[in-house]
Amino acid sequence: MKKVLHGLAALSFLFAGSTAFAQEATHAANHEAEPTHFPIKAPREQSWSFAGPFGTYDKAQLQRGLKVYKEVCSACHSMHLVPFRMLEELGYNEAQVKAFAAEYTVQDGPNDDGEMFDRPGKPSDYFPSPFPNDQAAAAANGGAAPPDMSLLAKARGVTRGFPQFVVDIFTQYAEGGPDYIYSLLTGYDQTPPEGMEIAEGTHYNPYFINGKSLAMAPPLSDGQVTYDDGSPQTVDQYAHDIAAFLMWAAEPHMEERKQTGFSVMTFLLLFGVLVYLTKRKVWSNVEH
Amino acid sequence: MSGGHSTYTPKTGIERWIDARMPLPRLVYDSFVAFPVPRNLNYAYTFGGILAIMLVVQIITGVVLVMHYASDTSLAFVSVEKIMRDVNWGWLLRYMHANGASFFFIAVYLHIFRGLYYGSYKAPRELLWILGCIIYLLMMATGFMGYVLPWGQMSGWGATVITGFFTAIPLVGTWLQQLLLGGFSVDNPTLTHFFSLHYLLPFVIAGVVVLHVWALHVVGQTNPTGIEIKSKTDTLPFTPYATVKDAFGMIVFLAVFAYFIFYIPNYLGHPDNYTQFNSLKTPAHIVPEWYFLPFYAILRAITFNIGPIDSKLGGVLAMFGAIAVLFFVPWLDTSKVRSAVYRPWYKLFFWIFGINAVFLGWLGSKPAEGWYIPAMQASTLYYFAFFLVIMPLLGLFETPKQLPNSITEAVLAKNKGAHAHPAGATAAPETKG
Repeated sequence: MKKVLHGLAALSFLFAGSTAFAQEATHAANHEAEPTHFPIKAPREQSWSFAGPFGTYDKAQLQRGLKVYKEVCSACHSMHLVPFRMLEELGYNEAQVKAFAAEYTVQDGPNDDGEMFDRPGKPSDYFPSPFPNDQAAAAANGGAAPPDMSLLAKARGVTRGFPQFVVDIFTQYAEGGPDYIYSLLTGYDQTPPEGMEIAEGTHYNPYFINGKSLAMAPPLSDGQVTYDDGSPQTVDQYAHDIAAFLMWAAEPHMEERKQTGFSVMTFLLLFGVLVYLTKRKVWSNVEH
Repeated sequence: MSGGHSTYTPKTGIERWIDARMPLPRLVYDSFVAFPVPRNLNYAYTFGGILAIMLVVQIITGVVLVMHYASDTSLAFVSVEKIMRDVNWGWLLRYMHANGASFFFIAVYLHIFRGLYYGSYKAPRELLWILGCIIYLLMMATGFMGYVLPWGQMSGWGATVITGFFTAIPLVGTWLQQLLLGGFSVDNPTLTHFFSLHYLLPFVIAGVVVLHVWALHVVGQTNPTGIEIKSKTDTLPFTPYATVKDAFGMIVFLAVFAYFIFYIPNYLGHPDNYTQFNSLKTPAHIVPEWYFLPFYAILRAITFNIGPIDSKLGGVLAMFGAIAVLFFVPWLDTSKVRSAVYRPWYKLFFWIFGINAVFLGWLGSKPAEGWYIPAMQASTLYYFAFFLVIMPLLGLFETPKQLPNSITEAVLAKNKGAHAHPAGATAAPETKG
């Protein structure tokens, strides 16, 4: 029996060693010029106001992000799950939201004559999509429809790998989406390694999750969007703001969730202590 | 219960009246108040109660979610988002339900491992164990179908892959797959089929749980020593002893559950499921929910043909075999001693099995390429060897440690040891079990 155990131990060592070696080999195989695993570079982690157990959205940042979306992204990307009325959560009052919605034209109908008609947007309307349907969106963008942005910040997440994914539980890392969006938007200035072929009409970006290059051209440039709160008008700032805005668009109830969580955790902790003391008392008279 | 006669005595006239006609209060009293439990149960034995709570949580949140959900491919994804955004406390309900499924599985895995460690499946508890295996199987079906309902990319592609397994079955495979899908591919009929079954199966689970608890109350609980109850001093009444201990275990479990719901609600999910299902756009890596990953690794470990069985059918057989083998555990284990506490070799192989199962799960999340394939094969081999070789042989060759004569004797002996180190005993009273 002891022999079996020794054999087993040796085998497991051998196995652990060989797997470590094999892993190295896999990484080496991820050739610089012709990588097979994407993204080529892991997203750069940023510090976000909404991270952590007491995180809250920075309303000024969300307002700037909305401006970036409206003036830049919305030319191609829809956001069809977000209604104008929700913008009140960004710190706008009812009149401002009404005015914002009215800038858009929305098709309504049919009216009593059976005709469809255009009218100014109302707070209950959703952000209109730039294209009438997915096919039109794809046709206008070289065959691939730009993704809807309502959930983008939750729909993108780069695998964290072991042991990082264990650490993430304790650090409450839930900002993979905004980190990815920020990294992608600021990752266009890098030059591809020598020998790498970039398909025509696509743009190299080592942070892109699905390949070495993507169809979207660098969407942001310095000074493109005018901020009236004195924030720097740089690509880096725009990228931060739009990423934060998209996180809000994807998870509008996050603040409420974390605040409720604090009450629930406090209650469970206190209740747990009381029940534990009760349990000690009840069991104190029996050996177990 | 437990063969003993009932100690319930109705105190008031109304209680006597009810007791003579439909003795439900007597049943509850005998099952959850007077029911004798071994005095040495530790916190590993609280998962049964935790699982009962999780089932109730899932059913209640599920019933409310259904009030706002639309089982139509054009509406399902958006209706879930409406729940998240517009329904009062909808985000809480959905995150509770989605994370609840994961925590249901965390609890059931710990419950199963507790059973394997303490030999809870051995006579006379074979039926109790088999009923548990049936519940686990039903949970897997329910979990899988529930994951399809939000109609995200992983929902649709997961359903495509998993229903595809059935085509590997000779003769009836394709027919069976089309019956499940309600057509030739994952589409609206698939969603409506799965929605209907996802609503039905939890109630079937509840039914089997009743049988599971009934069987438990006939044979009684096992305990860490694995020795049957011999005298009254071995036991304590369920209330207040087990009730208060279970309550504490449940609160700790719920605290971890709440941590995930409120702080990292999407940790256990896949980002791709926040993109609506598109049958023309395959995700880079299709992975099932984490609780299926060990079986997904076993499925993909079979990359070779075995005689007339091609690798595809072989993989499917291995995957289903990995679950089926659990049903035979009561007869595969030949040891006369129940608990791993007195089985040094079994204890070792058990922990290797536990680590191996986690490793299999990790491998399940990896693509089938490079060194992952031989690793999957080695791990799969150990998974089956544990049940089919180690369990039967160990019972014949292993020399167990000296067993105490009774639970009471074991408890007294342990506490005598503890008295020698009183500081340790008070510092960690919960480990005294």
